[in-house]
This record gives sequence, C-alpha cells and structure tokens, in this order.
Amino acid sequence: MSQQFLSSTGEKNLPFFLPEPFQKWFAGHGWQPRAHQLELLAKAQAGKSTLLIAPTGAGKTLAGFLPSLVDLAQTPKPRPGEAKRGIHTLYISPLKALAVDIKRNLEKPIEEMRLDINVETRTGDTPVSRRQRQKLNPPQILLTTPEQLALLIANKDAPRFFDNLQNVIFDELHSLVTSKRGHLLALGLARLRSFRPNLKTIGLSATVAEPDDLRRWLVAQPELGEIALSEFVHLQGGAKPNITILQSDERVPWSGHSARYAMGDVYRAIKAHGTTLLFVNTRSQAEILFQELWNINEDTLPIALHHGSLDVSQRRKVEEAMQRNELRAIVATSTLDLGIDWGDVDLVVHVGAPKGASRLAQRIGRANHRIDEPSRAILVPANRFEVMECQAALNANYLGAQDTPPLLRGALDVLAQHILGTACAGPFHADDLYREITSSAPYADLNREEFDQALDFVSTGGYALRAYDQYAKIRKTEDGTWRLSHPSIAQRYRMNCGTIVEAPMLDVRLTRKRGKNTAFQGGPILGKIEEGFIESLAIGDTFMFSGQTLRLEGIREAACYVSKAADTDPKVPAYAGGKFPLSTYLADLVRGMLADEGERKELPPQVREWIEIQKLKSILPKRDELLIETFPRGDRYYMVAYPFEGRMAHQTLGMLLTRRLERARAKPLGFVATDYAIAVWGLRDFSAMIKKQEINLSGLFDEDMLGDDLEAWLDESFLLKRTFRYCATIAGLIERRFPGKEKTGRQMTVSSDLIYDVLRSHDPNHILLQATRADAAHGLLDVRRLGDMLSRTKERIVHKALEQISPLAVPIMLEVGRESIAGEAQESLLEEAASELVKLG
Amino acid sequence: MALPAEQSELPAMEIGFQGETLLIDPRGCLYWPREGMLIVSDLHLEKGSSFAAKRGNFMPPYDTHATLERLALCVTDWQPKTILSLGDSFHDNDASLRLPQSCRLALRQLMEGREWIWVCGNHDPEPPENLGGTFCTEMMLGPLNFLHEPQAQFRYGEIAGHLHPAAKIRRRGKAVRRRCMVGDGRRLIMPAFGAFTGGLNVKDAAFDNLFESTELQSWLLGQNAVYQISGSQLVP
Repeated sequence: MSQQFLSSTGEKNLPFFLPEPFQKWFAGHGWQPRAHQLELLAKAQAGKSTLLIAPTGAGKTLAGFLPSLVDLAQTPKPRPGEAKRGIHTLYISPLKALAVDIKRNLEKPIEEMRLDINVETRTGDTPVSRRQRQKLNPPQILLTTPEQLALLIANKDAPRFFDNLQNVIFDELHSLVTSKRGHLLALGLARLRSFRPNLKTIGLSATVAEPDDLRRWLVAQPELGEIALSEFVHLQGGAKPNITILQSDERVPWSGHSARYAMGDVYRAIKAHGTTLLFVNTRSQAEILFQELWNINEDTLPIALHHGSLDVSQRRKVEEAMQRNELRAIVATSTLDLGIDWGDVDLVVHVGAPKGASRLAQRIGRANHRIDEPSRAILVPANRFEVMECQAALNANYLGAQDTPPLLRGALDVLAQHILGTACAGPFHADDLYREITSSAPYADLNREEFDQALDFVSTGGYALRAYDQYAKIRKTEDGTWRLSHPSIAQRYRMNCGTIVEAPMLDVRLTRKRGKNTAFQGGPILGKIEEGFIESLAIGDTFMFSGQTLRLEGIREAACYVSKAADTDPKVPAYAGGKFPLSTYLADLVRGMLADEGERKELPPQVREWIEIQKLKSILPKRDELLIETFPRGDRYYMVAYPFEGRMAHQTLGMLLTRRLERARAKPLGFVATDYAIAVWGLRDFSAMIKKQEINLSGLFDEDMLGDDLEAWLDESFLLKRTFRYCATIAGLIERRFPGKEKTGRQMTVSSDLIYDVLRSHDPNHILLQATRADAAHGLLDVRRLGDMLSRTKERIVHKALEQISPLAVPIMLEVGRESIAGEAQESLLEEAASELVKLG
Repeated sequence: MALPAEQSELPAMEIGFQGETLLIDPRGCLYWPREGMLIVSDLHLEKGSSFAAKRGNFMPPYDTHATLERLALCVTDWQPKTILSLGDSFHDNDASLRLPQSCRLALRQLMEGREWIWVCGNHDPEPPENLGGTFCTEMMLGPLNFLHEPQAQFRYGEIAGHLHPAAKIRRRGKAVRRRCMVGDGRRLIMPAFGAFTGGLNVKDAAFDNLFESTELQSWLLGQNAVYQISGSQLVP
C-alpha cells in the first residue's frame, strides 16, 4: 500500500510506504504521522540521504528511526540455522547517556507494535562480554558513539559486521561536526561507505547557520572540487520560548562569575515551579551554586548536582531520580546539554552568560520538551557585562539567529589516527585510502602530499631525519599494500583510539583526616578533578567538590586524598574563565548596545546608568570602533582596550601587545584578559607616551603583529605546548594508556613539553607541528578572530586619556592580580622565592 | 680561585661544597674550577631511538643532537680540561651503536684535546663502543667522590645523579617547577642534562633519607639564572 505525499519544499508526489501496524500505532495514540517524518521516510525509501533540521520536541528521533523500523518490519529475521546478518542501522550520538536514553524511547513503539527488532547500545561502559557477543551476533539496530565506531572499523571483521548496513543516523549532528570527534567520525563514515556504497545517512540537527555544511558532511564528496549535498528537510518554528532576564533587587556585581547575589531570587523561582534545571558554564560554578542553594534551602527541597567530573554511579543516581520526578531542581554543567529527554522540566535557569545564542536556544529547549508549548527560562547574569550579553542573546533568540561555529578543515592528527586504524583492520592501497578519505567533507581538499606525510608519520614518525625506517609500524609490501608490521600495534591502537584528550585528571578519594606519617587509606572515589587545580592547592586547603567541602590530605599517584572538612567557607577555586568564548555574533550585539542608546532600553536601570556614566566620564565607542583608555592608578599606568572578542583572542592580543610595548620602552609589567576587554599595566605613563607620539596606537594595534611577533611568541608559548600534547596524543605519538599500566598525566606533560622543544628546533615543519599550529589558530589562541578584529578596527581606534579609572574599566580592573602566569613571569616568581631566602639568611 | 674574565660573566652560581668552590650553570652542568672539570649527569643519549626500537614509539630522533649541542655550548664557555659524565650517559647499552654519524663526530669533537671520564650508570653499565675516554664505576678526586647512584650511607663529598631532581615552589597560588641541583652540604645530586629526561620532585619518597632535611638546599635552573631556594620552601 503505497501512498503519496506533498513535501514541505513543494516536491510533488513523493511516494512513501507506511505499513499498517505503523498507521494503527499512530492512530492508537490519537496521532498523525507528522509531515517531516513522512518526508524523511519517503526520501530514505527512495534511497536518499537526508538532513533533518527541527526544533526540540518535534519527534526528531522517531523521524530518524522510522525508515529503519519500517524496513526491518518488512524483513523477517533470519531463521535459526540461517547465516547471521550484520547490523542494519547504526545510530551515533555524541553522548553515551543519549544512546541509553534513545534505546528506552525506541523500545516503546517496537513493543507496542510487536515488532521483532532488537536494539542494543555499545558504549565505553558496555561490558566486554556483551561487546564480544555483539560482534558474533549483531543486533539489528546498534546505538553507539563516535569512539566505538572508530574501534569497530579498526577491526578485521568490520566488513562482515557492516555487510548488511542500510542506514546510519547521526544525532545532534550540529554538535558532532565542529570538533575533531567529527573529523574522525567523517572518516569512519567514509570507511562505511567503502563497505556499503549505497548506504543512506540521516542527520538530525538543531538549527544551524549553514545547513549546507551538514548536507555536504552526510554524503560522499565527488573528486575535483565538486560539491555534493544530501536531501534536506527543514521544520521551522516551535513555540517561541518565554525567556526573561532575572530582575533582582540586589546589586549586580561589577565582575566575577558566581552569581551568588541572585540565589535568593533563584530559590524563589525553584519553589514556584515543578522541576527546574539550572545550567552553569563550569564545574566550579556548579559546586558553588549548589552549596549556596542548600544554604538557603529552608524547605529542604530535593536539589541535586550533576557534572561530568562526578563519579558515574553518582551521576546515574541523579539521572534516575530525575526521571522518577523526585527532584525539584538540578544544578548541571554541559553534561546535560544535548537532547536527553528529562520529562517534566518546566523551568530552565541559565546562570552566567550563555556565550552563544545557539547554545542558549539548545539549553532552553530542555524545558517542556513539547513542541507546541513555550519553554520557560530565566537568565541570571553574574556581572554587568553579562547583563548586556544576556540581553543580546535574548534578542538573538527572538530573532532566531544562529551563531554555530563554522566547520573546520579536517585535522592532520586525526587523519594519522585513522590511517593506523585502517591498517589495523587489514592491508590497504594508499591510492584507495586517499580517494576514500577525500570523499569525506572535512578532508575533501586534503592534498596528496599531506596524505603522504600523514602516512609517513604513521609508518616511521615522519621525521626529516629518517632514523626509524627499520622500526616501521606499517610497511608497503610487495603487492603494493600497506600492512601492520606486528599485531601488537593493533592492540595498542585500540587503547589509544579517540579524539577526546582530557586534561590530566586525578581521582578524588575520600579518606580520614591523616595523622603524621600514617599512610593513606583508600576510601570511596567521589569523582575526578583537574590535576592542575589540585596542584595549585596546598595540603590542608579546602575546596568544593560533589557538593561538599573537602580538605586536601595529599596526592599519591593518580589520586588525591581528601577528608570531609567542617569548614563551610572553603577556599573555592579561582574561576578559570569561561569554557566557551563569547560568540562573534553576540559580541557584535553587545558592541551595538554600547554604541546605540536605543539598543539599551531593555537593560536594567543600574546597568543603563553605568553605561551613561561611562559616556560622561569617557567615551562610548561606536559599533565598529575600538576604544582604548589610558589612566594611572596606584604606582602603575594602565591601558585598557575593549575589543569584545572573547578571552582567548584577548589573551593572544595581550601577549603580543606587551611584546610591542616592551619594544616601545613602555616597560609593561603584565596584562589581564576577560571576554570583553584587555588591560595592560606598566611603569611608564601610557597617556604621556601617546601624547608625545612615543607610542603610535594604530601602529601598536596593526595587523602586522600577527606576523613575526606571533611567530616569535608562539615558539615559547605554553599554550602551544598544551595544544601539542593534544595533537601528539590523538596522532598516537604519546600514548594514553599502555597494556597493564596507566601513564599519569603528570609524566606525560613533562615528556610532551620536552618533545615539543626538541621537535620545534630540529624539524619545524613536522606534521604534528602543522597540526598544532592549525589548532592553535582556531582554538586556544583564536588568532583568526583577533585578525578579523584588527582589520575591522583599522583606522577606527579611539583613545581617551583619563585621570582615573572609567566605569567600563572597573570590571577588568577587579581581575588584575588574578592573572595566570607563564614564561618570564614564572622566572620572576623564582627570583622572588630566592630573594626571600637571602633576606631570611 | 679567580676565573678568567669571560667566565666570571657567565650566569653561574658559585657554591661552596666540602671546602671546594663549584659553579652551577643554569643549563644543568657543574664546573669545578680548581680541576678545570665540567660535570654533567644523565645525558640519556639516544633515548628517542630507544623508544622506537623497544616499543615502536617514534619520539623525535633529535634528542642526542639537542643534548650534544647544549653540551657543546657549555664546553665552549668553560673550556674544561676534563669532562666527567656521571652515568646514564647512554639510555641503554646499545645506544652508542645507534648514535647517528653526525652525533658520533660531534661527540668526538667534544672529547678532543681533553680528558673524558664515563662513570657507569644503571642504563649504561658497559663502556660505550669505539668512543674512547676512561670508564669507571666511581671516581674520587680530592674531597669529592663521583658516582651515579647516591648511596644509602652518608659519605661526605658525594656527587651523584640518577634521580633527575626537580623542585617546585608555590607563590601567590601559582606553582613553578624546574630541574634543580639539590644538596645538604654533605652530598650533592645533579639534575639530568639530557633533552628527553623528565624530573622527579625532590619531595618524592625516593629522596627520603638521602639528606639532612633541615640543611636541604636546592638550586633551581631558570632560563638564564640559578635560584637558590631552601628545602623548607619547596612543595610536593
């Protein structure tokens, strides 16, 4: 029984086939299959790959699986004795928890329609026994993660495992494609296509700025620079969310990120709603707010904490309590960002600035997971700039504007990992593999030279000094194929596969308070914490973790030992800045607010007044201008610039500016960067130097700083060393784990820094250094954004010499003294410590 | 003992040890003016290729070049009569066989016209092949006693390596870690000189019982200076 259907894009007579049990099932629930669900079904039945963009709550998941369910319902399972078939449908999600959640949601219709389809998950948490069984007897639908796919295709049984594969569904595609995970996944997809050339892909995504990027990603790219696109189903709309900015009677602080001032208001909001999700940007924020809420929780409302560093069992407990509707509020970081269905959340509170309009929309989608009811959300800015940012995001959300980051070219370190993975599965011809890799969108413009470099790296390290030819990991054999030289290499590959390189983490173990010279007694593990943070503490310091105040007792191997502290006012970690940079789009809106009074009318009075006073005391820059203020304070002189380009770009700018000011003999001493501004201080009067033209501001901020100065700085930058460690780990030069023994991050950091130094001075064009520079330009250093800003503000620098600090400068001046140190500043600390000894002596 | 003018300007730190004057070079070596002797420890030459040979792990094969280049700079500055390499000069017993030709030549050049002493270490218990120099397990000269591994029993004037000491200080909430020389007036332990050698914190258990803790001093190697910091200021 075939039916016809008019598509949303006006395509006529799109035939589809929906078997009777499905029609009955929809009808039985009083539903109609939605147009986009049928459209996707029709396209899949026509053998086409499709991107579906739809708002949260539109039945996206069912739409994605419907073609597979219909197809499988028509195909009888093999009878006993018949050959087992490989999997039919592969579903890939960025989050383990999402795969588990989807399984629950899929089983319901399968059960209700009495379909004979088995669905299984396979994640890092799946027991080895089940993974083995899945290989021998694959389920029809397998729900998994990008890392597991990489492992599956690196296996010699991969062609058999996937020989019946029809559909691959990518959930939350918009978030998958922007990272190196997405690069590895794209290469995996290209591999799957080699096994099954007629494979159909279905991408499920939230709204993005450039849907064509995702459409390219889903299908094989032809040679010679042509572009192929998948089909596209776009469902607009959804009810407009009801978002407000918290109106507090309390004073909004100048700076800081804790939003403590607002907790009374937030608590009242929690009381007034059924279930509230509180989103924050970082773990430490989550810990602080959780404690603040419990301090005022007079009604002992069930309020829970959830973040990625907590132990898995603790997280599961919270998730389960949430599903049983036992919680009134949950304080969470981005671990809950993506499409997990949390049921009856009726309020989302977003603490801190959202940093990007798309991220905000995504998080607010959590509330009322139903498309036809508006979500309710409250934004809680933590400081005055964040008030402006929240207002901008709010305007943006109403406009439906999107600021998803552009897709990047496929990374070379990921490519190296994939090449080794391919060799682990079996011999390959370089020409074939090159063709396969360039059929994936991120690597479509990879040239042969780069590919050969990566191949050479995998084989012998790719060094100009060909020292390791005799130890090659993969070799070209007589039949022209490349093969692994030893099976143990495949075993090691499996231990090191994946692109997620965590900052070195230590287990947090609870122990008793320790007397002198007693050994640590192992207690329960509370979770994991960044090694860098623990190293900044002294024994006896207290900090917040998993909702408790803990006292550091000591560090042994890969664990830090803590005891419960009676202390209620812990030494809380200094906020290390936002995880996410302010998006270019929001930055532009915030600049607009400063420039145009009309844009400010929605802001709370205290913030509006602050900006008005700035206008009286200094200057409000126009939208395309860069304001620079100079003023004395204490025994130092300050220069503050307001580019609004995010902390990472500002940090790079700071390093380069201090170099240039040094050359101008302005004696700069240090700088501090926030998302909004940068402040440099020094010993000479900047205002006077500018007046006497000893400093030329347009020269100082000239784009040419991204040339030699950047190169010179990069060479000694600790940021680049960190980036190098990521790349070297992904490419397999540095191993994460070794059979039998786990290498601690501590040892790894030492050696990767040494490797970097030696490589940089002896083989500066090595492929890993290329990969590192490419990463740094977009990631930690945000050079591209800095470059855009410098060229935008060329000839548009406005300078104001002031007698004292301006209102706009107050927030960043409060950050002065909290700056992190590197390079030369470290030497000055050593000098200080050494001179103290002299004084004591 | 007065140094020649050009040497007195080097950023080295002078210390007294067992009645002798020694100079700590921030690049990680020790100069003994009375004997005209330059002492380095734990060069770990060919550590990179050792990883490749044993584990198929392709560390950049430039560590020996880098180590010898740095040593050559020190030799140019100090013009020593004798160079003493205090054990673990090679990362493994076959390492001297794997030396690239250019490195072998560079090493020969450094050895030419001066006495060279290889003290054996746990990584290189056998003398290197075809390189010359004197090979010994321990060397005593005046009040000083050079050997690779520090001995459990106190012996005055011992200068050892092996442990790759590094020290960490924390000031204003920030930690700084550097390779260092460490000693208590009776014993000195040298930092590792090799390009691929990491460090072990002097607060680690491996250093327990080696020093009189109240007398512990460390000399942290900065970019262009040595910083003397007392043991009580160091953190794990």
